[in-house]
Amino acid sequence: MELKEDIRLMKGNEAMAEAAIQAGMDAYFGYPITPQSEVLEYLTREVPNRTGIALQAESEVAAINMVYGAAGAGARVWTSSSSPGWSLMQEGVSYIAAAELPCLLVNVNRGGPGLGTIQPSQGDYFQATKGGGHGDYHLLVLAPNSVQEMADFVFLGFELAEKYRTPVMMLSDGAIGQMMEKVTFHKREIVKSAKPWATTGKTEDRERNIITTLFIQPEKMEIVNIHLNAKYEEIKKNEVRYEEIETKDAEYLLVAYGLSARISHKVVILAREKGIKLGLLRPITLWPYPSDVLFKLADQVKGMMTVELNAGQMVEDVRLAVNGKVKVGHYGRMGGIIPSPEEVEENLEKFIKTL
Amino acid sequence: MLNEEIIIAGFGGQGVLSMGQTLGYAAMVEGKNVSWMPSYGPEMRGGTANCITIVSDSTISSPIVSRFDTGILLNQPSMEKFESRIKPGGIIVYESTNILHASDRKDIGVYAIPASDEANKLHNIKIANMILLGAFLEKKPVVSIEGVMEALKKVLPERYHNLLPINRQALEVGAELMRKAQ
Amino acid sequence: MENNEILTPQCIVDGDDNYDLVYEKTNVMTDTRLHYCPGCGHSTAHKILGEVIQELGIQKDVIGVAPVGCSVFAYEYLHIDWQEAAHGRATAAATGIKRCLPDKYVFTYQGDGDLAAIGTAETIHCINRGENIMIIFINNGVYGMTSGQMAPTSLEGMKTTTSPYGRNVHTMGYPLKVSELIAPLPGAFYVTRQTVHTPNAVRKAKKAIMNGFKYQKLGKGLSFIEIVSNCPSNWRMTPLQSNDFIDTDMLKYYPPGDIKVPSKEDLINL
Repeated sequence: MELKEDIRLMKGNEAMAEAAIQAGMDAYFGYPITPQSEVLEYLTREVPNRTGIALQAESEVAAINMVYGAAGAGARVWTSSSSPGWSLMQEGVSYIAAAELPCLLVNVNRGGPGLGTIQPSQGDYFQATKGGGHGDYHLLVLAPNSVQEMADFVFLGFELAEKYRTPVMMLSDGAIGQMMEKVTFHKREIVKSAKPWATTGKTEDRERNIITTLFIQPEKMEIVNIHLNAKYEEIKKNEVRYEEIETKDAEYLLVAYGLSARISHKVVILAREKGIKLGLLRPITLWPYPSDVLFKLADQVKGMMTVELNAGQMVEDVRLAVNGKVKVGHYGRMGGIIPSPEEVEENLEKFIKTL
Repeated sequence: MLNEEIIIAGFGGQGVLSMGQTLGYAAMVEGKNVSWMPSYGPEMRGGTANCITIVSDSTISSPIVSRFDTGILLNQPSMEKFESRIKPGGIIVYESTNILHASDRKDIGVYAIPASDEANKLHNIKIANMILLGAFLEKKPVVSIEGVMEALKKVLPERYHNLLPINRQALEVGAELMRKAQ
Repeated sequence: MENNEILTPQCIVDGDDNYDLVYEKTNVMTDTRLHYCPGCGHSTAHKILGEVIQELGIQKDVIGVAPVGCSVFAYEYLHIDWQEAAHGRATAAATGIKRCLPDKYVFTYQGDGDLAAIGTAETIHCINRGENIMIIFINNGVYGMTSGQMAPTSLEGMKTTTSPYGRNVHTMGYPLKVSELIAPLPGAFYVTRQTVHTPNAVRKAKKAIMNGFKYQKLGKGLSFIEIVSNCPSNWRMTPLQSNDFIDTDMLKYYPPGDIKVPSKEDLINL
């Protein structure tokens, strides 16, 4: 039987790479690291017969600076890595944010700190949402929770990056990168925005274009900061994304993103079988954070609990969002351990008893 | 409503991961939802390997579960690790050439399939995993044999398409063994 | 025109065209005042770079990558598109640019700290990939911008603010001969060491830079132009003394001249 649509069974990492080609990527620069090496493998296999450039750099440091150069030259460019490699890229990411270069950056999160483990983790939440590199900047952070979203957010990521002239990050994890699911690729019209600021060679009809992050006079540097922050405010206003599951009548709320949100979805099913009115809020953008909806839900529910593959990072943003209106708990496993839905459900019940 | 949560486990090299993938492809071909979550990393290289495959006709929530409807188990350590995690009413289909001590649980169905012996009779030890898959599908037809064959056509590179008949044979042998085992 | 006329050039007076134009600043250079110290070789290197771009008529097709170091503001001085890279990463950024714009001329302009210390990995791998770009490497044996610390290329015994008793090679390592190090790499197409401290040397250096641009069209690898230069301020010398020091010390350790040149067959399509 022939499939009508382009439906495939793929790993998250492969889906992301395929999506990038379909999104008209000009270039990818990366360095192998588990659990995301499939990206570079897929691209180096596919790209010679299709379009774009896929180059294995000598390090993540080089890769991110190649992204800087290519993005500055107007290319649709991206890179991916996993936690230790992503840490290495942070200097370059700060430069890219400062120079306002649109690009897509992916961290397939593994357990840390240090060399850590290659198993999935959400230990890089702070790094992704609070900076990571130096200086006052933000990345627009998308958190996929399925192989389908690993693909979809590549298209979305490039679009948002070019719309706001800002780096967009996708924060995934080893499980979503490695697991296979059905993914549908829709035919899309690829529109690339004009980049009159790009360094493509100074023609006579324009002044020279300079991509720089050096503003040595404090007054100028502050103006740049004010400009960047105005842009971030605009992003906060327009781009908050989240998903609500069974929240309408919820008395308790789980808050979780990515793989944890998938586990938490099952927890909602298990809890409701037991008569506990549980809902789930899944932030899709981790920055900007869906604070407003949490603030509203705080009037409705008796307590909230985050489920994270870390020691409790996003819980701080939930607490900031609800501003003391309800108790906010956290349940997490670390170091690459993934909790089962039953385990989370049990701990939810313990949390409910403390309310 | 179909929502089958399956753990497939054994030694690396026994075709554990590819069995799950083939099942996943077949589910996709038949328009069902599927998730396939491998254990990855060093375990793949000679140690134990497992994958959780979920086939469903609705949205799959967690791709990672700790209790399963079915265990397809290919070595003794897997039997020891997973027998207690099969839901009551579930089944274990196991490779009885390798596994000497099977589960004695009475609340689940436990089916011994001498897959390696049968594969040897077909002169291809590599298709033992397909025999087990055939046995499982006989008991729980979450996908059809035709779906699996369609999937194999997609998964196997052209140059291995000469192996399609023996794979079909293996699936049928497995089904026959399951009918005998019941 | 007599020699002494050149030495005492006549001023061009407004509205008076009876005078001969004997020298004109290349219009590839901007009117921004150079921030370099008096006598510094950077200014001369910038000038000949601008002249080459003008003479080749490639201004609209050139993208430069500036480093971190004294030449961090290089982008202020030439009327071309520029990117300012992170410290040591100019060659990585240039790789990104050139791979996406293969028909353009791409060059980096880097000092010794940027290219040969923090950016060594990027430098070597960029050359090893044979990226079709040009690296202009200004070697003055000292960190200028941060005011005179030891560089990987500081000579043995050289006093800097971080080798106040002179560079002790046993504890601080030996001065790094980058050109000799990278010349054997197959990706290096053209490797030469020049200076800009005498008029004759300037002419040769300019020729080398011109080659570096031209060779990019061949697609046969990277051109590496080392320019041994001076740093009067951090060498604690007058400009003239610093030029003498180039001859008496720097060029002894870093001998000038071509290190790797293309064969005739290599240049057949030029």
